Amino acid sequence: MDEALLRSLTPAVLGVLVRRGADFAAAEDAVQDALVEAVRVWPEDPPRDPKGWLVTVAWRRFLDATRAETARRRREDLVEAEPEQGLAPDTDDTLQLYFLCAHPSLTPSSAVALTLRAVGGLTTRQIAQAYLVPEATMAQRISRAKKTVSDVRFDQPGDVATVLRVLYLVFNEGYSGDVDLAAEAIRLTRQLAAAIDHPEVAGLLALMLLHHARRASRTTAGGSLVPLAEQDRGRWDTALIAEGVEILQAALAQDRLGEFQAQAAIAALHADAPVAEETDWVQIVEWYDELLALTDSPVVRLNRAVAVGEADGPRAGLRALAELDDGLPRHSAVAAYLHERDGDRQTAARLYAEAAGKASNLAEREFLTRQAARLNN
Amino acid sequence: MAKYLLLKHYRGAPAPINDVPMDQWTQDEISAHIKYMNDFADKLRGTGEFVDERALAQEGTWVRYDGEGRPPVTDGPFAETKDLIAGWMIIDTDSYERALELAAELSAAPGKDGKPIHEWLEIRPFYGHAPTITE
Repeated sequence: MDEALLRSLTPAVLGVLVRRGADFAAAEDAVQDALVEAVRVWPEDPPRDPKGWLVTVAWRRFLDATRAETARRRREDLVEAEPEQGLAPDTDDTLQLYFLCAHPSLTPSSAVALTLRAVGGLTTRQIAQAYLVPEATMAQRISRAKKTVSDVRFDQPGDVATVLRVLYLVFNEGYSGDVDLAAEAIRLTRQLAAAIDHPEVAGLLALMLLHHARRASRTTAGGSLVPLAEQDRGRWDTALIAEGVEILQAALAQDRLGEFQAQAAIAALHADAPVAEETDWVQIVEWYDELLALTDSPVVRLNRAVAVGEADGPRAGLRALAELDDGLPRHSAVAAYLHERDGDRQTAARLYAEAAGKASNLAEREFLTRQAARLNN
Repeated sequence: MAKYLLLKHYRGAPAPINDVPMDQWTQDEISAHIKYMNDFADKLRGTGEFVDERALAQEGTWVRYDGEGRPPVTDGPFAETKDLIAGWMIIDTDSYERALELAAELSAAPGKDGKPIHEWLEIRPFYGHAPTITE
């Protein structure tokens, strides 16, 4: 049984239940139960109409769950009022679910958890494993998130930008436990792109594909980080790159630039260089300028300084860096890199060691420590 | 979305404001303290921010490898001057500010006369994942 296919039906099934009048929280629980049941039953007895099967089972679970005396009356009303299945197109339901699960009243971690469960169809255990927290903690996080959005009307229009931020967070988390969050983020973004024509949705999808294409070359077998310039470009996934570039070009043609399209354009320029030396850094700097105009983020300024260092030489890069707050994350790492390019190995080594002490993850700390050690030996 | 370790010390931390050791509290004061700690953990389970908590025994020894075929070398128990960790709680919060807020709440656990201990806790961020998108 294709579990991804099964999970791809989650939002449509949930949408049917909610449109029949089930409240979101109870409907979501019922759909989870139905998914678990499907995993158990389908390998032996595959249904002819998977979605219809899931709707039937989930609806029955929902009715069972609301059988309490206080809910009886409401349930009977619901049974009588049961509308024809498929009144609303699936894509509308899917889109509404994305909006609901990324609702601005939710904290980022709650929005991520709820999206992975209610839209992605992952189990609480899988989400807990991916984020390295106990299952009970994740269950509470999801249940509170559902409570938070319980009063939000399902047909209320939402903000695509909040949804994209959630998907971006999931993608950037990468791979941990037995859930491939990057692949899941791509699947969810594809599904979103199918439900809505929006250049930034396409931009984010392109960005993810272009970065995912480099995944195999990004780390050594031992898990050490490999910087872009040293990656074995023969291992980049050319099919993913081609798809990413095509999606990006179509988005850019709409002439509504946004930050994800600009970031994807930078990734596409890297992908376009057969060897690191042939990277079009001048164009990359131009895209960083576009990105800065869209979002004046210090992280973008820092990355721009690196690009300037490649386009106009390390001195120019250091001048761009001098305008930035040296307390920024990765500031000393960038300074170290530019000083080494400028021939000052001693300063570079000192800054790499300093950067290692400030790294926010183990892989980066190891990488920066190795850089310092390389220059010291 | 980041994990933090809250460390509690038997010794080595700066002196708290309500600095009376537990063995001089009344039974009710001890019970109130334990209840506060349990309620705090339960609250974090409820908010989906709890990861783990453990308490450590007061004894401890240094140990190291001493070469092939030789038994490990030990040196201990720890000298009176050494920092001694009493236990930890691991939390998973949306921000550093939230982690500080929770640590302060834990530090307000009642001690002598039912008043907050104002105990100093150590807060340490965990390393996260290396992000996929960095350029």
